[in-house]
Formats: sequence, structure tokens, C-alpha cells
Amino acid sequence: MSKRLTVPKTYKLYIGGAFPRSESGRTYEVATPKGEFLANAALASRKDTRDAVLAARGAVKGWSGATAYNRGQVLYRVAEILEGRKAQFADEIVAQTGASRGGAEAEVDEAIDRWVWYAGWCDKFAQVAGNGNPVAGPYFNISVPEPTGVIGVIAPQDTALVGIVSAIAPALVSGNTVVVVASQRYPLSAISLAEVLATSDVPGGVVNVLTGSPAELAPWLASHPDVHGLDLVGAGDLDWIDLQIAAANTATRVLPPEQGTDAAAPTLQRIAAFTETKTVWHTKSLV
Amino acid sequence: MSRTELQTLPQRAVELLGGEPDDTTLRRYLHGLPGVDAVGLEQRAAALGTRSIKTTSKAWALDKIIELIDLTTLEGADTPGKVRSLVAKALNPDAADPTCPRVAAVCVYGDMVPAAVEALGAAHGDPDEGGVSVAAVATAFPSGRASLEIKLADTAAAVADGADEIDMVIDRGAFLSGRYGLVFDQIARVKQACRREDGTSASLKVILETGELNTYDNVKRASWLAILAGGDFIKTSTGKVQPAATLPVTLLMLEVVRDWYGATGEKIGVKPAGGIRTSKDAIKYLVTVAETVGEEWLQPHLFRYGASSLLNDVLLQRQKLSSGHYSGADYVTID
Amino acid sequence: MSFLEYAPAPESRSILKLRDEYGLFIDGEFRPGAGESFTTISPADEKPIATIASGTQADVDAAVAAARKAYDKTWSKMSGRDRGKYLFRIARLVQERARELAVAESLDNGKPIKESRDVDVPLVAAWFFYYAGWADKLDYAGLGADPKALGVAGQIIPWNFPLLMLAWKVAPALAAGNTVVLKPAETTPLSALIFAEILQQADLPAGVVNIVTGAGATGAAIVRHPDVDKIAFTGSTAVGREIAKAVAGTDKKLTLELGGKAANIVFEDAPIDQAIEGIVNGIFFNQGHVCCAGSRLLVQESIHDEVVDRLKTRLSTLRLGDPLDKNTDIGAINSAEQLQRITELSRIGEEEGAVRWSADCAIPENGFWFAPTIFTNVQASHRIARDEVFGPVLSVLTFRTPGEAIEKANNTPYGLSAGIWSDKGSRILAVADRLRAGVVWANTFNRFDPSSPFGGYKESGYGREGGRHGLLAYLKGGRA
Repeated sequence: MSKRLTVPKTYKLYIGGAFPRSESGRTYEVATPKGEFLANAALASRKDTRDAVLAARGAVKGWSGATAYNRGQVLYRVAEILEGRKAQFADEIVAQTGASRGGAEAEVDEAIDRWVWYAGWCDKFAQVAGNGNPVAGPYFNISVPEPTGVIGVIAPQDTALVGIVSAIAPALVSGNTVVVVASQRYPLSAISLAEVLATSDVPGGVVNVLTGSPAELAPWLASHPDVHGLDLVGAGDLDWIDLQIAAANTATRVLPPEQGTDAAAPTLQRIAAFTETKTVWHTKSLV
Repeated sequence: MSRTELQTLPQRAVELLGGEPDDTTLRRYLHGLPGVDAVGLEQRAAALGTRSIKTTSKAWALDKIIELIDLTTLEGADTPGKVRSLVAKALNPDAADPTCPRVAAVCVYGDMVPAAVEALGAAHGDPDEGGVSVAAVATAFPSGRASLEIKLADTAAAVADGADEIDMVIDRGAFLSGRYGLVFDQIARVKQACRREDGTSASLKVILETGELNTYDNVKRASWLAILAGGDFIKTSTGKVQPAATLPVTLLMLEVVRDWYGATGEKIGVKPAGGIRTSKDAIKYLVTVAETVGEEWLQPHLFRYGASSLLNDVLLQRQKLSSGHYSGADYVTID
Repeated sequence: MSFLEYAPAPESRSILKLRDEYGLFIDGEFRPGAGESFTTISPADEKPIATIASGTQADVDAAVAAARKAYDKTWSKMSGRDRGKYLFRIARLVQERARELAVAESLDNGKPIKESRDVDVPLVAAWFFYYAGWADKLDYAGLGADPKALGVAGQIIPWNFPLLMLAWKVAPALAAGNTVVLKPAETTPLSALIFAEILQQADLPAGVVNIVTGAGATGAAIVRHPDVDKIAFTGSTAVGREIAKAVAGTDKKLTLELGGKAANIVFEDAPIDQAIEGIVNGIFFNQGHVCCAGSRLLVQESIHDEVVDRLKTRLSTLRLGDPLDKNTDIGAINSAEQLQRITELSRIGEEEGAVRWSADCAIPENGFWFAPTIFTNVQASHRIARDEVFGPVLSVLTFRTPGEAIEKANNTPYGLSAGIWSDKGSRILAVADRLRAGVVWANTFNRFDPSSPFGGYKESGYGREGGRHGLLAYLKGGRA
């Protein structure tokens, strides 16, 4: 009895809700730690980056205009779908990183739980980060957080799933859209995550996933005027200071790299980093 | 409508406005109307849309919708052949069911009026009496961007060719820049151009193009303005601009018509046009009319749908009601 | 044939899987009550729906013991993350069984199906979703890091929004880490019992939520139980007073959500058609069985006649009848008792000199019904301007200036809600500032959201439900 022949998955990019190959036609080999071939991941180009930013920008209005409740519902749905595909994600992590089965499953569990934590913030963040202001005059005055816009993310490079999840979820809470460059070494989970997003009522363009070389792509994200926030959490091995300088030209808000296993750990600050505070005054008068 | 009645129209406006219909007087009047809260308006429309119209009510509604349709073709590529096909559909919407009612009117470009009149033949007449009338769009439809002379000539030609109804467009640019007097004047002049030699007059529908007016306050003001200036019907849209007819906008216009009736005793018609494609949506409009201004308005001289693909969806629903199973696209004919 | 006499459009009851008899839900399972069972009926036709158990003192003791055990051994030891997951499950199950819950609610309560379907049940799911997300974020509730739950919460809810009031109570309590003993109202236990089945489907640990059906005595037993740490009550001001007296001197934390006589203030520059809708919604939604109902219309004198005329016209398209018909706008009055109260107060209104007008509705033969009614010429000294009717009865008063409107609006021992209708933002905000009411709606009415705190001033009670504030009622160091 011969072993069943597999139907290997093709891993493409995720841009604007669709899965295109890189416009450059390039790919790179992804292998197990032992060197066995796993897949050809797309090697994204600057034009792919440009297209992703365009898609992300186009999606801002719809995503930020949705009610916070709706965003929370969508993000929770993502967690539900992830949960249902735990085994697949664990398999991919084991294959890419050589982690133990138990370790891989723990990583998937943690990724899902972090996602749920962020989903639950959507309709509460404004209550914790916003407030009325008791100004000294006959004015109604309120401060509310609003999304910054398009956030470019260089995902943590050392993990396949939990890092990228930890980096993109907080940006989505307040209504930002995201262009994320996945781990170069372990890109496959990022694309499987994209498949989950594509089937979870996440509108096209809200999250765009590029696989390839962060060194090649990050400068294009950093200098793009339509990228309003830049999370360099996974850019520790790049010339990230140059990236920060490039981003400064358009006053892009920047988060610095984080190293270690706790990179991008869930905090309220990660949500707040990519929000803008809007303060509104309105006169009050009886007569 | 008699000559003297026509001449009283601007007078009626003068009385209600308390002055000549110039920019200042009109502005004072129109901007003095109560405002519209959009959130509340849209919620009321949505609530009306939850009415569940079933069985006998649905059967009645489907037939009524057909009787209120202005079956429309307004394409640059229209030909007499296309118009003949449209008219045939208007007279006999369901090839397999002769009991199916006729539509109220066919709506075409002004230069297609002769073709429509000829194709209708003996069936050309008042829809309130079983006939099908010819409505012509005029006044440089859809944009309205032409001189007044051209717009009047456009109108007069269609009337002379036999159009029973004229669907004109207001000058939205003038409205949005506050030149209410100009908008008023144009409507009044087009109304005069609807007059025939024998003293009768084509009925005038005034298209507000609500999608370009943008705010509900503007729609409310434009509705009052159009009625003051002599419109017989207020119509939402040309169908060439998005958004076209919506339930909240139509509800608002029905409220204006209701209030006009309360103030003057006169009944004005309402025509939502463009974007109403399904029976389900069309039924919501019937409910909205009945619960806002009364069932009496569900008649061809007071309510119309400007639609093309709606008719076939209604026929499919009608077939389902009578056969008990779903129908399909092969069982309704092309117009 | 009149189109407006819409053909019947009944929502089918076949979706329900009702038992003939329901026990008490204690420690994760249904068990018989020790008291004498009673029947819950449909107020639309007075027909019986099911037999309901009555909880005695012994049953209440068992429920509190189950809640305490669950708190000590399971719930207080569980991470917020896991508590949240249970609440998310409950929210999802409510969504899945939404239609079933809506039909049960309309059947048992008498409210129109379109309201239970479009308002009540969606809000229930939303409430659980919202509080699910708080369970692992209590550090941010405003009480510092790691705030503690109170323990066992005794919760007594009314009959006007049975399942929604359950959600308002249970969701924040569980999110904050408490366990619960809840008593549904005597006339509306059904949706709570179906909810108990949902808790079983969610695999919620036994004893975290206990549902003890019964009447006033059952509620009193919960209030007085020495091992209950917190009491949350929604209901009449009269009963609320008794509860406050009963817990005086104890360590029990208390929140009350009581009655109201809200003023709906319509200024002459109001968006008129939307104001009419807001007035109608304010007092006739849910048959006026709403604590925050806009039961006093305060209309600027200059537009009084126009507003009243428009109101009467508007009421002519309100449909009163079978709650399970999808086109019904006004359902049944919840009980014979309540109908009697409404009828009596309306009689008093006429006696006092107000002018009574009722919508022309065909009243069905069986069941409890009251046509929407408007009293004009109501003065501030009239009883129908002061007493809560809790029915579809609107009292219309006038005012001349914003200052006078505020004065009249505040001239009541109640203070739950108010409405303001005007096109002028500065006026709305200034009036809102001065109204002594916990919830102020501007150019809208009866809007609820799990993120928006709700609760009263003065004799309308104290404590807030909904929002971050709603969490504080269930944490140590929080309000009351």
C-alpha cells in the first residue's frame, strides 16, 4: 500500500483581499531546519508594496467607519476560524521552525488568545483612552482616539505565527489598516493567517501580507507618504535607524524594534501608539 | 388644466411666500422649514421596511407595483426598435399571463416620443383609465446644463409630439449656490411650456436629483420649491447618478407632500426613480406611501416608480405566488 | 380591500422547543422547586405556556450555596481570559438561537415580535460580547490593578425586558468574577429558562449562574440571604425602597434601577417629523413598559397644537394586536394587574381635568390590551404628570422658555432619563447639563448600547449598567 501523494499548497501574497503572486514573478525557497523543501514563498517587490499600501489606504474608510462593535465581531470571528484550524497551523510551525508539537500548539493557542484579547478592546478602548474634559468655560469638550490610518509593520522575524499576530492585531482595534512584512525565515504561517482573514469577514485591504525580504521592502514602507504609522518591532536586524529617518520625512509615527521571546507582547500602548486623539469643543447656552 | 389656472400658479406661490419668488424670499421661506434629523429619518425608513407583506397583501402589492411603473429606457443607443420592444412589454408584461396588469407609462427621451406614441396606438391614454401614457425626459436631461431656451424647446417639442408627461431636471448648480429664484423660474417656465394649444397641459414631474443635493435638508427645501413653482410630481433622480432613489429620501418627499396637502388641500405626486430593482424593495415603498401620506396616493396620478429591471422581478414573484414554486429568468421576457 | 389592513404575517411558534414544566436551574442543572408551581401565560390570549417552579427559602439557600461553592472553587480561581471565553460562547449561542429566544420572549411577555427580534435579543448578544471583552481587562476598569470581585450576586429582574435585563445583570457580574443567583419576574420566566439551557450548551461551570423562579417571597429570600455579597435590583421604586431598607446595616452592596417619569422636551426648532417618531417611540415602544419611557411630553407652547395633531395622525398607523404578528407595533399589556393600574391612572387623569384621546384600535377579545392614549391639558400638579403609569399613556404639558422646560422636567422625584429635541447644538448641550437625569437622549430616544452607562438620579435608583461604569458595580472598590 503506497503512501498517499499530497497536494502541496501554493503560497502567494495577500493584497486587497486577493492572493496574487509577486508582480516581479520572484519566489524564494522555504525549507525545514534540516533543509527539506517546504514551499516557494513569493518574494515581494517594491511594486507589490506600493499596491499593498494602495489597497490598505482604500480600506481605511470602511474599516474605521465600521462601528467598534462590528470590528470586535469581525476580529472575534478571526479567532474562531483560527481555532478551527489549529492543527494546520501547528503543523506549519513544526515544519518551518522544528519546534516540538507541544511547543507549536502552545504558540497557536497563545496567538489565538492574544487575538481574542485585542478583539475585546475594540468597543472599550475609547472608554479608557478618551474622556470628557472639564474646560473652564461654557463648552462641551471631549477627547476621543481615532485610527492613524495605514500602518506598515515589520513582523517579528523569530516566530512564525505569534509574532505577526501580536504585531497586527493591536493596529486593527481602532480602525487602522495594515501592510505587514512577515518573517523572512518563517513566512508560511503568515499566508495561512491571510487565508483565515480572507474567510472571516475582514474586508479586503484591511490587512495585506507581504512575504520576502524585510531589508528590501521596509525602506519603501518607511518612505511612503501613505503609510502613516510604522511598527518596526521585527526590524532589529535591519538598518532600522535609517528607516526611522526615512519615516520622519512625513512625520510617520514609529515604534522601535523589540527583541526576545516577548516581542510585541500585548499591551494597551500597542493600541494607543497608532491612534490620534481628537478633541472637540461645542458651545453650550440656554439663551 | 385651464389657462387661468396656469396663470394662478406663481400667484399661489407669492401668497404662500409672502412675496415674489426671488432668492431672498425663497431662502427665508425654505430655510425656515423645520430641519431633518438624518439619523431619525433613516431609522423611520428602516422601520417601515420591516413591514411583512404576505399572501393576499403581497399579491395586491405586486399588481399595484406594476400599475405604478414608468417603464423606462434612457440610453444613448435607444432606437425606435428598442422603444417598440419596450412598449410591447409595457402593454403585455407577462407573455404567459394576460391577466397581468399594464404599467402606467413608458418613459423615453424626447426624440423617441413619436416612436412610443405610434407603438402604443389605441392603448395610448390615461393610466387611471387603463391606458398607458408617454413620459418624456426633457430640459437637457440628465445634467440640466443648457440654456433655458434649449430646455424650453426640448420640453415643447416633446409635448407637441404627444408626450403626456414631462420629467424635467432642476438646475442643481443653481440650487446649491443658493439661486433659488432661478430654479423656481425655470420650473415655472417649463410648466408653461407643457401647455398645449387646446388649453390642456402635460403633467410636470420635477427631478430633484437628490444624490447631488446631498443633504436631507436640501431635499426637503428643493421639494417645497418644486411644488411652489408648479410641479405636479416631485421625482428623486435621473437614475444616472448614485445614489438614486432611497427609501429615506422618498419618505422625506412624501412627508413634504403630506404637509403640502395639509396646508393647501392639493395633492402632489411622488416618483422614486433608479435603484429599485427588487419586489421586496418596491413593496417597502408602497408601505411607506400608505403609512406616510395614505393609501389614496397609491394611484398612477400620485405615485410612480421609475424603473426598468424591477418589472421582471415583480413578475417572477407574481409567478411564484400563483404557481407555488420559484421562477427563473427564462420565464420573463426582455423589454 | 385596504392595503393598510396587512394580511396576517405570523412568526411561527414551531421554532420553540418548550418543556411543559420547568424546574429551577441550580448548580448547572434543572431540579424541581420545593414550592407550589405556577403557570406562565401569554398575555395576548391568556393561554398557559408552561408550568414554572417556585423557589422557597430552601431552594434559595441551595442556589446561594451553589453560587458560593462555584465562586470559591472555580470562578474566582479562573483567569479573566477564560471567564471571557465563556461569555463569548454565551454571546455566540444567543446569536445562534436568536429567533427562538425572540419568539419565546414575545409569547411570554406580550411585546411585538419585531421588537424582541430587532431590539431585545440583539442587545442581549451585544451585552455579552461587550462584557466578555472586559473579563481579562479589569486592570483598566479604573480601580487600579487586579481589582477583586464581590462574590455572590443576588439579582432580581423585572418583566418588561426579561432577557435583556438578565443580560444587563449577568454579563458584567460574570466578567468581574462574581457568581450569580438570579430571579426572573413572576410573569416572564420563560426566556431565562431557555437561557439556562444555553448556559449548559456553553458548558459554563455548574453554579456560576443559578436561576430561581418565583414571586416576591423568593426575591425577598435572596435579598435577605446572609451569604449574598451584592444585590442588583431593577423594578418598581416601591420595592426598591424595601430592598434598600432590608440591606441597611449589612455589608451587602446594592444597586437599584427603579421607575421614571421622563420628560421628552420638544423645542420649536425641533426636526418635527423625527421628533414625532421620537415621542411615539419614547412612550409607545414596548407598550410603555419602560422605566425610561418618555411619558411626559414637554412641548414648546408655540408648536403644541401642531405637534399634537401630527401625533394623533401618526398613531393612526400603529397596529395593535397579536405579538407574534410581524406587523404588530403595540403588543399586549403584561398582566391583568398592570392593565388595572394603567386603567385606573387613566381614569384619574380624566378626573383631574386632562383631556383624553386614544388611538382607534380594534381590541382583541382575550388578553390584556390598552390602546395608545394621549392626555393633553396636563398640568404639573396632576397625578398623571407625576405617577409612573408604566403603560402606553402620554401626558402632554407645555413650556415657554428653555429654563422653564428644565424646571418642569426636573420637577419630579424621579430622574432616570430625558429627551431633548432641537436643531441647535448649544441649546441641547446646555439643557443636557442641567437635567437631573442619568440618561439624556438628544434628537433620539430609547437608544441602548452595552458600552453606554444607564441608570438614574434620585428615586430612579443608583448605580449604572453598561459601559466601564457598569463593571464597577461588581468590583470591590467600585461604586455602591
